[in-house]
Amino acid sequence: MNTKINFAGIEMKNPVTVASGTFGYGREYSNFFDLGKLGAVITKGTSLKPKSGNKPPRVCETASGMLNSIGLQNPGVEYFAQNDLPFLRKFNTKVIVNACGSTIDEYVELCKILNTLDIDGVELNLSCPNVKAGCMAFGSSYDGVKTVTKEVRKVLDKPLIVKLTPNVSDIASIAKGAEDGGADAVSLINTLLAMKIDIYKRKPVLANNTGGLSGPAIKPVAVRMVYQVSQAVKIPIMGLGGIMTGEDAIEFMLAGAKAVSIGAGNFADPYVSLKVIEGIEEYMKKCNVDNIEDIVGKVEMN
Amino acid sequence: MPIQTYAKLIKKEEIIKDVFKFSVKAEEMVKTAKPGNFIEIRVSNQSEPFLRRPISIFNMNREEGILEFIFQVKGNGTKILSKKQVGDEIDILGPLGNGTFKFEKYNTVAIIGGGIGIFPLYELAKEAKEQGKRVNTYLGFRNKDLVMLEKEFEEVSDKLVITTDDGSYAEKGFAIDFLKKDFEDSSDIENSCIYACGPLPMLKAVQKYALENNINCQISLEEKMGCGLGVCLGCAVKKASSPKDNPEYFHVCKGGPVFNAKDVEI
Repeated sequence: MNTKINFAGIEMKNPVTVASGTFGYGREYSNFFDLGKLGAVITKGTSLKPKSGNKPPRVCETASGMLNSIGLQNPGVEYFAQNDLPFLRKFNTKVIVNACGSTIDEYVELCKILNTLDIDGVELNLSCPNVKAGCMAFGSSYDGVKTVTKEVRKVLDKPLIVKLTPNVSDIASIAKGAEDGGADAVSLINTLLAMKIDIYKRKPVLANNTGGLSGPAIKPVAVRMVYQVSQAVKIPIMGLGGIMTGEDAIEFMLAGAKAVSIGAGNFADPYVSLKVIEGIEEYMKKCNVDNIEDIVGKVEMN
Repeated sequence: MPIQTYAKLIKKEEIIKDVFKFSVKAEEMVKTAKPGNFIEIRVSNQSEPFLRRPISIFNMNREEGILEFIFQVKGNGTKILSKKQVGDEIDILGPLGNGTFKFEKYNTVAIIGGGIGIFPLYELAKEAKEQGKRVNTYLGFRNKDLVMLEKEFEEVSDKLVITTDDGSYAEKGFAIDFLKKDFEDSSDIENSCIYACGPLPMLKAVQKYALENNINCQISLEEKMGCGLGVCLGCAVKKASSPKDNPEYFHVCKGGPVFNAKDVEI
């Protein structure tokens, strides 16, 4: 049984990664298990300079999921390079840095630095719904995605994954923008823009009013979008949105994802990513799948 | 170091209406847990409700490996939890929090709590008393129906003042006024510390009083929480020292839940 995949040039021991913003820089969860069991760790969204994030409350629970409006709080790339990267490098896993910025120049400057670091790839965050500038503003149009991707591509030799927002009318054209801009892969979906109201205070629960919905509630939307994107682009897809089990991961892979990411599920169960890896192996045994890559995109539409 | 475990429920008691005390077997967890730590409980292994519930530790018996926590039924999650039966296993993550109650260097431990915020203060009072500290406890409740744990706190306090807002039980008024009066009469303020947990207006009043009078003070905070481990960065609380236009934050789960009152803006 072979669970290895090559994702946009990144050799992973299995297709399971942990999603940006739900795993920090790995330290906290390394107390629970060996990070070397994961295909890759995708870091917290990291910017050129430190960011302190949004006012609280920043999170709240919703039906089978949660909203967050963290606002990309992070210590900046310099701190990451000095403190977190050496720690992550102790584990036998791939390290992909989620990169965010407010302007094209910021993305480019950041990726110039990332290009010099001992990392395995960059995930370009064009999809965070919780910051005033950048991110989703670029990620909402074909031209925006293509432009940023193209500029970053010029300075980045490492594998480049573009993370897409679902808050668009045509996800396939957005993915095409990434492909046409020179991305090696796309990952989707980031959170769905959402709101929860405290009916007694008659105010939104989150201080930022809106936030991004994640968790099992969004899984069917994500699976649909992965399928649509798989029909529109040739580059590989990292699928994510509400994955809690091996079955969930297989569903994404059948829809067209070559790799998957575990997001908010980490908060409910620190061991969830290991359970997903085990669940994938169980499925492979049960359904006589020798190579995990063989099931990618193998859904047969009605 | 936090662990995740399935802890067997060995005793369950509804101490007042809709408030439950659970005793669970959690040997590993109580070995390292400190007063002020909390746990996060996953009430269902399904996707609904999705997040864990942060709940403070009420009492620990390290010899017998027993951890006790008390919670009020407020929403769907705590309702499901309250239906657990003796013998059931409960999915617990903990001990959580790096900011815990520090009392070693003080002679007098002045504890003030309000309503359902009194729970994490019991283990503090107990351990401080065991170490020979003078423990003065002030607990405020809205009315007599909500008064709880009087006997328990009495056993671990040198002085216990219970107040109710409406005077329907014990002293009428706010707990802070009784604490203030004792501090005004105290000659050993520098060796005393106030420990507070409770509703935000109470915490604000205690923090203000302590800062204005240069009294040591530690407060236990709550904020909407995701992971409980310092990963999601959800439970932010503003650093008192940070500028208004570019605020910086601690996180309740990682830096707290107990903070020095002068470090946080609440």
